[in-house]
Amino acid sequence: MALKRTTWLAVAALLIAGGALAFIALGDLGSNLVYYWTPAEMLDAGSKAYGATIRLGGVVQRGTIAWDSGHTELTFRVANDMTPTAKNVLVRVRETPPQMFREGIGVVVEGTFDKSQVFTSNRLMVNHSNEYRPPKPGEGDRWKNTLSSDTTSSARPK
Amino acid sequence: MRGTLGYAFVLGGLLCAIFGAVVGIEGGLRRRPATRLWVERATTGFFLCMLGANLTMVWALVAHDFSVQYVSHVGSRSTPLVYTVVSLWSALEGSILFWGAILGVYLFAFARAQHDSRGRNVEMALGAMLGAATFFAFLIAGPANPFGPVSPVPPDGPGPNALLQNHILMVIHPPMLYCGYVGMTVPFGIAVAALLDGHLGEAWLNALRRWTLLAWTFLTVGIILGSWWAYAVLGWGGYWAWDPVENASFLPWLTATAFLHATMLQERRRVLTLWTMSLALASFALTVLGTFMTRSGIFNSVHSFTQSDIGPTFLVFLGVVVAVSIGLLAVRGPMLAPEDPLPGLASRETAILVNNLLFAALTFTILLGTVFPLVREAFFGVRVSVGAPYFNRMAIPLGIAVLFLMGVGPSLPWGRADAGTFQRQFLVPLAVGLAVLGGCLLAGLRGGAALTTFALGGFVATVTLRELFLPTFVRMREKGEKPWTSFARSAARARRRTGGYLVHLAVVLVFVAIAASQAYVQHTTGTLMPGQTLSLGGYTVRFTGLEEGADPHRRWVAARLDVTTPRGGHGTLAPRMNFYERSTDPVGSPAVASSAFDDLYLTLLAFNENGQGGSASFNMWTFPLVGWIWWSIPLFVLGALVAAWPKRRSVPVVSEGSTAAADAARGTA
Repeated sequence: MALKRTTWLAVAALLIAGGALAFIALGDLGSNLVYYWTPAEMLDAGSKAYGATIRLGGVVQRGTIAWDSGHTELTFRVANDMTPTAKNVLVRVRETPPQMFREGIGVVVEGTFDKSQVFTSNRLMVNHSNEYRPPKPGEGDRWKNTLSSDTTSSARPK
Repeated sequence: MRGTLGYAFVLGGLLCAIFGAVVGIEGGLRRRPATRLWVERATTGFFLCMLGANLTMVWALVAHDFSVQYVSHVGSRSTPLVYTVVSLWSALEGSILFWGAILGVYLFAFARAQHDSRGRNVEMALGAMLGAATFFAFLIAGPANPFGPVSPVPPDGPGPNALLQNHILMVIHPPMLYCGYVGMTVPFGIAVAALLDGHLGEAWLNALRRWTLLAWTFLTVGIILGSWWAYAVLGWGGYWAWDPVENASFLPWLTATAFLHATMLQERRRVLTLWTMSLALASFALTVLGTFMTRSGIFNSVHSFTQSDIGPTFLVFLGVVVAVSIGLLAVRGPMLAPEDPLPGLASRETAILVNNLLFAALTFTILLGTVFPLVREAFFGVRVSVGAPYFNRMAIPLGIAVLFLMGVGPSLPWGRADAGTFQRQFLVPLAVGLAVLGGCLLAGLRGGAALTTFALGGFVATVTLRELFLPTFVRMREKGEKPWTSFARSAARARRRTGGYLVHLAVVLVFVAIAASQAYVQHTTGTLMPGQTLSLGGYTVRFTGLEEGADPHRRWVAARLDVTTPRGGHGTLAPRMNFYERSTDPVGSPAVASSAFDDLYLTLLAFNENGQGGSASFNMWTFPLVGWIWWSIPLFVLGALVAAWPKRRSVPVVSEGSTAAADAARGTA
């Protein structure tokens, strides 16, 4: 059965349109990827990490939380783990941190890294553990600890 | 004890499903009408077993029977009763069990509805659906068994996920979504039967469309409620993030919508039969894909309940569904119907065809962006996600094109447009669209995508209202009826048309609300001492102080704020932070002041009880028109009800075997 000319035209047009769509979509996809990296992975990537959108995940290193004089800019170091020698990156955030933000907590910051070795972020998320387990013996009511002011005020200027 | 009883129900359901699937398909293929009885019995058996298993689980939850595994995971003595019942679907295993119950109801309803129709396709459709049911029953019996024993029995449990017991929407949003997802099983079964049969009659196409519309309605409501939940509960200041889980619900919605439009072509002219069937099959396959992505914890997303080992099982099932679908389409598809040629270029048919291509393109790009990170991680070991800008850049132009077509399609006649069509049909709506554009520009609004949407919204609304009310005016003039009677009678004469246009109006509403709330959102953040104020978009809030309180299952801290609205109103808002007993992190509750014009949206970021009275940090947003997204739900439902309401049986006597006559009678519906 010979297909009609219009059918061939329609099929060709569809193929071209589909190809163009795939081309645009894949191109757009490539420029909008967000990389999930730990500080060590990001530092290993070297200059490849500059400019890309990155979700940097790690823990807030102890004793590194600092505010600028106008209390608008927050800086702290995100490290791979809690050991003092862990690889870490200086992060600069211009956003009010969430309630749970404090030293030693897991965080995810989204932003970009540049040659000056500073990670500039516009989004700071505290790592939700998403864990709903019963308290271990002796742990008591963990939720009461989160209410005490020493943990909530650690991110505030003294 | 309850665990054993529940598990027995699950095994019973599994046996019924396997038996019914084998007997239904086999009996149908060999044309043995006697098997119908057994397939129907198997369906009823599956329905009763799934119902029994779910009731047993609810019983165990309410009785705090922590010897049942699932109860020990999500139950807690301090959880209020309503959330205890709801925790049936608050975690992985329970949600699959609940899925089984809905599937049972759908299958039973389908078997009842088709009870009087003769023809082997009913057996085969039920067989195919029970085949899908076999998979879910297997999942409940094996990898996701919620009835496993726990030893030693703990005295209390952790309670459901804190995010899920934070808002009453969690009670209705998941069941709606599940009813939409599970409902796609029925069109899948109908399509498989039509392909196996090699014949698609009017009645069978009608059933296919009806059941798809039912699932589509639930899915629509579920998706909108889901975005409302994200907005009202999660507190990140938005309602749609192109999260994989959101995409998972959107993809089958797109193909089902395309299907509902394609059936109009299928009905008027025998064209695109294979394409229409592919859409019905694809909607189910995408549902399974979506469930796989949501339930296997493969994505790192707020919605993913947990990591689990049911992923491979789902992947195998997805493979089987896709392979069966493609195989049937390739082997049996050509038997279905002779294809007629498409008519002239400027016609309703072409508009629907382009509509389908646009929906296919949307599905393709969103699917690509959703599964790309999985493929990248599986083959290259690199963890990436696709950012929202990709989805916006792809979906906004395609969405605007869809909106444009919603005005063009209904204005074009079936067949071929004549020279006067443009002047007659397009002049007034286009003028309205341009007037809307001019008005927006004069009001100082800017932004290409938003203004295009508003202008097209005006154009489409005019077209839709004309199509809705033109028959009414004609009746009023010719028969001298009152407006309301006239509208009701003209609507009753063309229910699907009326329902369809009501849904179109709802879609315009959603488009405009999304465009306004995305383009003109305002955001600020600030730390306030008591008495200090923060202003945004005409709203001023004054922080008056912190407040603490306790419910049985949680403690909370709220910040009280006095609000002055741009229109001179006053009120108070109290964004809160909730501390659940067993949860490590506090869960915020945003406070929202809604109006028809815009929403003021406040979240409590952090608080400090030291110092004079204590300070608090806030995120503050204003979203213009955002409420219209969820207020469109009644219009969607009304439209779907008008379109799908069963016709009164005006032909009561149809002699047995004369399905052709019944076909013809129903074909005019």
